[in-house]
Amino acid sequence: MMTLIVNGTPHQLDIDPSTPLLYALRNQLGLHGAKYGCGLGQCGACTVIVGDKPVFSCLMPVAAIGTRAVRTIEGLGSTEQPGKLQQAFIDKQAAQCGYCIAGMVMRAQALLDRVPSPTDEQIRAHMEPNLCRCGTHMRILAAIRQAGQPA
Amino acid sequence: MKKRSMGLAASLCALSCAAFFAVTPGSLAHPLFTSTANAAETPTLLLTDTALLKHGANLAAIGDCVVCHTANRSAPFAGGRPLETPFGTIYSTNITPDRKTGIGDWTLSDFTRSMRRGVARDGHLLYPAFPYPHFTHMTDADIAALYAYLMSRDAVQSTAPANQLMFPLNVRPLMAAWNLFFLHPGVEANSDIDGEANSDMPAEPATQDAQLIRGKYLIDGPAHCAACHTPMNLLGAEKRGDAFDGNVIEGWEAPALTTLLSAPKPWTHDQLAAYLRTGLADQHGAAAGPMRAVTQSLTNASDADINAMATYLLSLQKPAEASPTATQQTAEANMNNIHNGATLFSAACASCHATNAPMTTLGSRPSLALSTAVNARDPRNALRLILDGIPTDRSTRAAFMPGFADTFTNAQIADLAAYLRSNFSSQPAWSLDEANVERLRKESHEP
Repeated sequence: MMTLIVNGTPHQLDIDPSTPLLYALRNQLGLHGAKYGCGLGQCGACTVIVGDKPVFSCLMPVAAIGTRAVRTIEGLGSTEQPGKLQQAFIDKQAAQCGYCIAGMVMRAQALLDRVPSPTDEQIRAHMEPNLCRCGTHMRILAAIRQAGQPA
Repeated sequence: MKKRSMGLAASLCALSCAAFFAVTPGSLAHPLFTSTANAAETPTLLLTDTALLKHGANLAAIGDCVVCHTANRSAPFAGGRPLETPFGTIYSTNITPDRKTGIGDWTLSDFTRSMRRGVARDGHLLYPAFPYPHFTHMTDADIAALYAYLMSRDAVQSTAPANQLMFPLNVRPLMAAWNLFFLHPGVEANSDIDGEANSDMPAEPATQDAQLIRGKYLIDGPAHCAACHTPMNLLGAEKRGDAFDGNVIEGWEAPALTTLLSAPKPWTHDQLAAYLRTGLADQHGAAAGPMRAVTQSLTNASDADINAMATYLLSLQKPAEASPTATQQTAEANMNNIHNGATLFSAACASCHATNAPMTTLGSRPSLALSTAVNARDPRNALRLILDGIPTDRSTRAAFMPGFADTFTNAQIADLAAYLRSNFSSQPAWSLDEANVERLRKESHEP
């Protein structure tokens, strides 16, 4: 048995310690926001925040998490009450097929947690590991810029 | 560390003072220390000769000038890139033809003098982070071609930040003493004094001998391989007796180039040529750290020259060492650590690196059993690769690996390395723990 703290709630899980976090989130906890994309750390669709860092959850063994808290897109808001960054993605219509978006939002959230109003250069450098095959990068950048503006 | 620096500073001071007074009075009067600006030599004359420019472009690729002299990709050769040295930070200079901030006003003689003697146009002494101790061996013809090529680049106005060097190295004239001891001018560098020149360097060598001569010229001269791959003395000069025996540069081990036959699969000429050209060798691994940019520059070098360099490098080999047997020492590696490492490996690494994973069967990527980093005596590069990975580089086809610095703790990375070593290599276990990883995390390094 191991304990995973996800979006503030501790969960007792009876899983193999070598299970990637992504599978624990999707299969055991029913949190389907993070997606399986490449399984190789090349696309970022599985990105969640562990501790205060964005990580590829498909390559993160649950055994490595220890006491670090896990945050997923489900922790940022709901359909009824989207969080500030989620609302910005909606406002800018940043999703086309949407498969990469949960990962994009979580990587961007990690930046905003650290740098509330990032420069364009900071946003671009930080978001580099995440890919969007539909090519909505310009809208994604616009959404992050919007979320980075003081309310 | 501090003690060593103090000792170094003191010894440099003493040595420099003695040498400074010995050489300076004569040197200041020497024509090499005054600008050679000359209205008759205008760079524009050279810029229409396409064969010359092509020749210069090839040399710039072999010398990877752009790697150090570029901070911002959109302004190649405009300088400003910080170079971390044991003595402080040096910023590379602008070598575009901008007249104010670059080398636009430099004549060919000015440029030649900087390449041969480490003296800038206005007479100030350059630091040997600029590898003039190697470029001094270049022929007049090659220096002229390189000059023409640089002068044909876009002029960019950009001034590098001031260097941050520790005393007394921030006193440039002291470099005269350094040069007295460590600059061994090349044949043609002396020709302006001796009147003896040697311009018959074969451009496209046909025979093995000619290839060796050409390869040695390129490796020792423009390619300046020894600048990273040779251990340095306390004054930052290469130890000439230990040429190509390896060194640590920008946080990475620049491996010895004399033990290529001791690898699990001895390096072949074709593998070396492919590695220099593409950054990937199918039985050894991918270029990472500072070498990645070097191979990206070598992509643009001529086939003949890449082959000549590979031929010469292979001629430097020491006989293969009997690999130490991995009996007792491996047994001492903590089985608990290896077991933890195995768990982490199966989630984080196996999708690319497990036996028969697609990456090991496609695209010439070797098994970790052949990896240079996993088989190295020092775990430095293996740890560095786990921490930093190999960053993506836009659309180039170079190898990519995600970094795991944010995924794993120091102890977990140490466990992972212990597992890699015991599972994939027949070499003795590394002695390492989380403190080693912590040190590497804190070191400034080239990502």
